Amino acid sequence: MSKSPNLLLPALGFAALAVGVAYGVSTRNYKAEEAALAQLQAERAAEQAAAKAAEVSALEAQIAQVQEVAREEVRLAALSGGTLSEPAPEREGTFGLGREAHPQEIAAWDVDVLPDGRGLPEGSGDVWTGEEVFVDQCAACHGDFAEGVDNWPVLAGGFDTLADEDPVKTVGSYWPYLSTVFDYVHRSMPFGAAGTLTADETYAITAYILYSNDLVDDDFVLSHENFAEVEMYNADGFVVDDRDATEYAEWRAEPCMEDCKDEVEVTMRSVFLVETPPEGGSNSVMNPARDIALPSFTAAGPSFIPEATPQPVETAILATAPAEPEPDQGDALVATGEKLFRQCSTCHEVGPGARNKSGPHLNGLFGRVMGSVDGFRYSGGFETAMEEGKVWDEAELAAFLADPKGYMSGTRMSFRGLKTDEDQAAIAAYLSAASE
Amino acid sequence: MDETKKTSRRAFLRGSAAVAAGSVAGTAAANGPDPLITELQDWASYTGAGVDETPYGLPIRFEQHVVRRNVEWLTASPISSINFTPIHALDGTITPQGCAFERHHSGAIELAKEDYRLMINGLVDRPLVFTYEDIERFPRENHVYFCECAANTGMEWAGAQLNGAQFTHGMIHNMEYTGVPLRTLLNEAGLGSAGELSDKWVYVEGADASSNGRSIPMEKALDDVLVAFKANGEALRMEHGYPVRLVVPGWEGNMWVKWLRRIEVVDRAVESREETSKYTDVYEDGTARKWTWVMDAKSVITSPSPQMPIPHGAGPLVISGLAWSGHGKITRVDVSKDGGITWQTARLGRQGEAKALTRFYLDTEWDGVPMLLQSRAIDETGYVQPTKAQLREKRGENAVYHNNCIQTWFVNAEGIAENVEVS
Ligand code: HEC
Ligand code: HEC
Repeated sequence: MSKSPNLLLPALGFAALAVGVAYGVSTRNYKAEEAALAQLQAERAAEQAAAKAAEVSALEAQIAQVQEVAREEVRLAALSGGTLSEPAPEREGTFGLGREAHPQEIAAWDVDVLPDGRGLPEGSGDVWTGEEVFVDQCAACHGDFAEGVDNWPVLAGGFDTLADEDPVKTVGSYWPYLSTVFDYVHRSMPFGAAGTLTADETYAITAYILYSNDLVDDDFVLSHENFAEVEMYNADGFVVDDRDATEYAEWRAEPCMEDCKDEVEVTMRSVFLVETPPEGGSNSVMNPARDIALPSFTAAGPSFIPEATPQPVETAILATAPAEPEPDQGDALVATGEKLFRQCSTCHEVGPGARNKSGPHLNGLFGRVMGSVDGFRYSGGFETAMEEGKVWDEAELAAFLADPKGYMSGTRMSFRGLKTDEDQAAIAAYLSAASE
Repeated sequence: MDETKKTSRRAFLRGSAAVAAGSVAGTAAANGPDPLITELQDWASYTGAGVDETPYGLPIRFEQHVVRRNVEWLTASPISSINFTPIHALDGTITPQGCAFERHHSGAIELAKEDYRLMINGLVDRPLVFTYEDIERFPRENHVYFCECAANTGMEWAGAQLNGAQFTHGMIHNMEYTGVPLRTLLNEAGLGSAGELSDKWVYVEGADASSNGRSIPMEKALDDVLVAFKANGEALRMEHGYPVRLVVPGWEGNMWVKWLRRIEVVDRAVESREETSKYTDVYEDGTARKWTWVMDAKSVITSPSPQMPIPHGAGPLVISGLAWSGHGKITRVDVSKDGGITWQTARLGRQGEAKALTRFYLDTEWDGVPMLLQSRAIDETGYVQPTKAQLREKRGENAVYHNNCIQTWFVNAEGIAENVEVS
């Protein structure tokens, strides 16, 4: 659409110019013959202009025709299942929507840090402070030495493993830029309380992670000033996507359709079968049939017909009888609590079969001695509370959740808590209901 | 109410018993007439559910196994995890939002339209803040695109691992999006002060606690990227980024930032955690490839597959699957029943659409003999989906991401399929 006026403008301009020049010439001449000449010129110019105008309207018609054809093509393509959806119109100017961003708003949200250090806040932190903050806020998941707990990410070590069968990709062994560490920790960690670290704490943690990776000494202080000097181990370990040259060039060829191989053998069978346990979700088990021989194939077909593959009952083919309707919980408070518990479920489980995660399981919490779950490693404060025989009840839980660190100084629970009375009551109701 | 439920359950059990007796039930008049036809059925006599029974309907309960599933041990916590689309049980190409795979880095958040703000800042003429209402006042477009996680089929690098198309290939969905071209919003903020655009980037970031951020080259940002607020006609579901997400056609799913809150024009890639520590491919010699955004052509047979055995024995069989390419349209899909010795060209359910799922069918006669089923996609650039061996030769076994190899299912004489790897 927007193309046609642009195309027409030069043509119209030319015609207008011709008339204008002719007119100017005619008014400047006094002598009769010159006037006649001017007249002639003007007439010619007018003729030319008329011819141009005719050309222009022919062009216009042509463009309209092309557009009509294009529109028809779009329509046909759409009918035949093509992909052309009509593009949204665009404007020369703006729509005047939105409002100017306030500098404070930009400062609040624009905190990303570029590899060259642009975007870093002012501040500094040393390795020892970093260790303290790390043990306090990060170690529950990443381990005291950033070595990773359970399935949580490993942040240190793994040097010279990238070419191994199972590379260990850590900040030390793999990350090419230090800016990424600062930026990610500052914005996205600790998991469950993102955005709560100060700039100095983040410098300190970053220094500690570098130290855990033997990249700096224990007296190292990291700041916005020396940030760019730190050299990352794997800084040169990356190449930009080059599939164009290495793969596409080779794989854009007409493929084989017949007699492409002489024989095909099964070289590996699936390791895990994924089954659906009665309580829902999914569960994977080792494939019990892996030792049964499978045939090889030639153009003539399989070499033999093997016995049936033992399979766990597959729910996908058996329509399971519908589940009984859940008993009406009847209690809005419990339902609210259940929703709130999503914030806890990163670290805690409750209900049948609840296990310890990065926090202890919360079954039978009320009436339970603090810090008493078997096999869970509590912080000192909770150990003392257990020795003193302090017991959880609703009031204690409310006080703990209102201000975890204030209630139990040095607690490893890095969670901001639940501030309102309503939320505390709801979570208590849910914890009681869920552990029944 | 209760009575209806009971009677229909009775009828259901009776019905399924008939099916279990053999798929011949419908045809074998030899065993006598089919009671499903000769006897008056409850549903043909009692009335059914009234309107408004479910103001927003869910699939009928017989389909309740068609759901997203995860594999718990893959990740440390369901808050930072992934689940899989039940692609084995779907047909056509559109993925319903309710069963489209989810990948969250810090859980799915509830963000109301009234609380939604989108900021554009950085190298723009006017840093701007939009409300949700503002976004809906820009001219919008409709497009169908697939969204595939770069880790889809990642487990299979090392060998045949998980038994089921849902688990090997289910980190994908395909929806019709309604949204505003990112280009329109960038123009609104003005790119004059950015100068030469060819070396500029936009950094996009989500509002959730993971603050997922990715750098996108300006050329792509001005091309087909959409700021979307509807999928398959309805509002985005919470787990897909309600109220606004980014759609980056043909490129890896991690870039499709959900709960999009900020777009910054920058003069270089930010090199965020998601484009350095993650989503980069490590090769045999330990070097890694980065900025591997485009998802290459790929396909998988969804039925038969381990979760979809052949229930009917020899005879007419529909082999069906999905194909897609981040480089454009799928132009052809070939299917092999003997592990790649001979290939037949399949029929496309509908002509391929650029950067969207294409359904293919091979309508065949099964002789009841075991098969090694494979499919191979070809896209409009002429690229042919590679075998696992070809991929490994180029990249080794540690790449984790971007595995688009040809998948093999072994189907035995009973019609049961298993995930295998072949020579
Ligand atoms: C409750 C558990 C938990 C706590 C506490 C926690 N993290 Fe994490 N951390 C995670 C999870 C889960 C991920 C991966 C998130 C994802 O999927 O995007 C992660 C990822 C990371 C990564 C990136 C790892 C990689 O290889 O890409 C770094 C660095 C990190 N955390 C640092 C920290 C620091 C520093 C702290 C303390 C301030 C901290 N974490 C506290 C759970 C935790
Ligand atoms: C980021 C992880 C994390 C989150 C989120 C979290 N917790 Fe904890 N929680 C812990 C850890 C770790 C401990 C052990 C504290 C210690 O040893 O200092 C703990 C301890 C507790 C205890 C004491 C248990 C005992 O055995 O004495 C209670 C009660 C508790 N948490 C409740 C909650 C509730 C309720 C929520 C959600 C509203 C929640 N927590 C959220 C990590 C977490």
